Amino acid sequence: MSYAQKAERRVERRRGWSLARRDALFGYLFISPQVLGFLVFVVGPIVAVFVFSLSERNLLTGQSTFVGLENYAWMFTADPVFRKVLVNSLVFTAGLVPLNIVLALVLALLLSRRRPGVTLFRTLFFAPVVTSAVAWAIVWRFMLQNESGTINQLLQLAGIDGPNWLREENWAMASVIVTRVLKNVGLNMIIYLAAIQGIPREYGDAARVDGANGWHVLRHVTIPMLAPTTLLITIITIVGSMQVFDHILLMTGGGPANATMVLVYYIYQQGFEFFATGYASSLSVILFIVTLGLTLAHWLLRGRER
Amino acid sequence: MSSLSANRRLGAVLWFASLLLLALPFVFPFWWMITSSLKSASEVFAFPPTILPETWQWRNFVDVFGYQPFARQYFNSLYIAALVTAGTILVSSLAGYAFARIRFPASSLIFLLLLSALMMPSEVTIVPNFFFMTFLGWVNTHIPLIVLPIFGANGVVGTFLMRQFFLSLPGEIEEAAMIDGLGRFGIFWRIALPIARPALGALAIISFLFSWNLFLEPLVFINDLELFTLPLALNNFTDNYGLPIWHLQLAATTLSVLPVLVVYIIAQRQVVESFAMSGVKG
Repeated sequence: MSYAQKAERRVERRRGWSLARRDALFGYLFISPQVLGFLVFVVGPIVAVFVFSLSERNLLTGQSTFVGLENYAWMFTADPVFRKVLVNSLVFTAGLVPLNIVLALVLALLLSRRRPGVTLFRTLFFAPVVTSAVAWAIVWRFMLQNESGTINQLLQLAGIDGPNWLREENWAMASVIVTRVLKNVGLNMIIYLAAIQGIPREYGDAARVDGANGWHVLRHVTIPMLAPTTLLITIITIVGSMQVFDHILLMTGGGPANATMVLVYYIYQQGFEFFATGYASSLSVILFIVTLGLTLAHWLLRGRER
Repeated sequence: MSSLSANRRLGAVLWFASLLLLALPFVFPFWWMITSSLKSASEVFAFPPTILPETWQWRNFVDVFGYQPFARQYFNSLYIAALVTAGTILVSSLAGYAFARIRFPASSLIFLLLLSALMMPSEVTIVPNFFFMTFLGWVNTHIPLIVLPIFGANGVVGTFLMRQFFLSLPGEIEEAAMIDGLGRFGIFWRIALPIARPALGALAIISFLFSWNLFLEPLVFINDLELFTLPLALNNFTDNYGLPIWHLQLAATTLSVLPVLVVYIIAQRQVVESFAMSGVKG
């Protein structure tokens, strides 16, 4: 019997039932830190947030009374701020997502060629992604101040009287959207770049032989080929836009007059500034449901892609 | 022929010019942060703005440490991020390996449960976690800032990433190791982990930055100035009216951003790939 055959038989013997069981034990052992921690710090709190949402609960005293669905009733029928928060969140998402995706695509298309300087530009556009949101917001807040802000000073040099970016309702929303896009668009650019590089060159070449110009190739070959990527990026970016908090807290504080108050900020404000943790929990449930819906959509699209 | 090459050259010039223009709002904030951090309190607001400081006020970078315990806060961020990174690597590589290479009942079900939280924002659980941490006596300590990222969203991304990597591991390597008499843990520790170095590097990068940039959790759990992490500290350079002391705030921000940028520029390719691999942030 050769060594190889001997070894094979040894492996065969080891694959017996008891070994499989011992191996399974190792499996559970290996996943146990992650799974236990996940149950304790994520699943448990998610269950708790549903329970808390049925109560009135003070953050400081911890006192709570069961109120049933009253929080939700108040939220949907009476709370004027919640309505504003919903509209703001929608406006924020509806403004951020298309801008982010179009800019990401433009940058990726410009940077998909092999030219000197491509790496440098890629580095520049991605730099804000690794920078903390707090730092990014602080610098932009500094530059967008009313009269002494850099942007308005530059505009003034050009003879334009700039608005008070962060203190006028519509401008405040536009400002947080645009600066947030600048912060994160590099990530989507990278995902698009990888997808563009995966498109076979021949497709474009064939279209060109048939007389298509650059615009036609882009419109009828490249963009349709990128559709699955675009769908995934869209979902991921929507989820991300629903989570925006630090950026808005630092730039506008949710103001002026709640004009930039979005869902996560409202959760924080209700829970940790007004100490109404029961109501904050009901708001968290809404965030949970929205995110879960988007996650499911993400999975369905992923599945279709495969 | 010559008009074609002239066309091409014009195209290249246009290409470069449009990228330069697009890059402006991405680069200018960094430039302005650094130059303004070297200006005096009044020159920060000078009109017309000065491209470079008229007097280079290096003192700002000293004053930053006198205004609040900034060195201590800097150290807090560093050691917390280091512990989060080490903890995530340990927990996620163990779990990722098991999900990819070991057969055990309900493994795919458990993995699916973990995955469903992949995009769940930590804001959803911040209220119950606050009561939980109060109960454990962990409020106003660094423990939540270390534990929550390891087991929460960041840890789940890590487990997912490591599982993906270990799935591509050829089975023959493990069989050979088994014949050599290595047990499961030996295979994991001596064979799988050393091979996984690229994935571990990516995980380390995203975990470190995740912790370094964390804001909501420190805001909710930390009260003492001495225990602040950098994002909280940066937001705290304010005068008695709560208005920012700009030159100091920008100097502190520069100090917190610059090391990350330097590492990013040195290891650019790896950092970008790490983010692309984890690709769940928006």
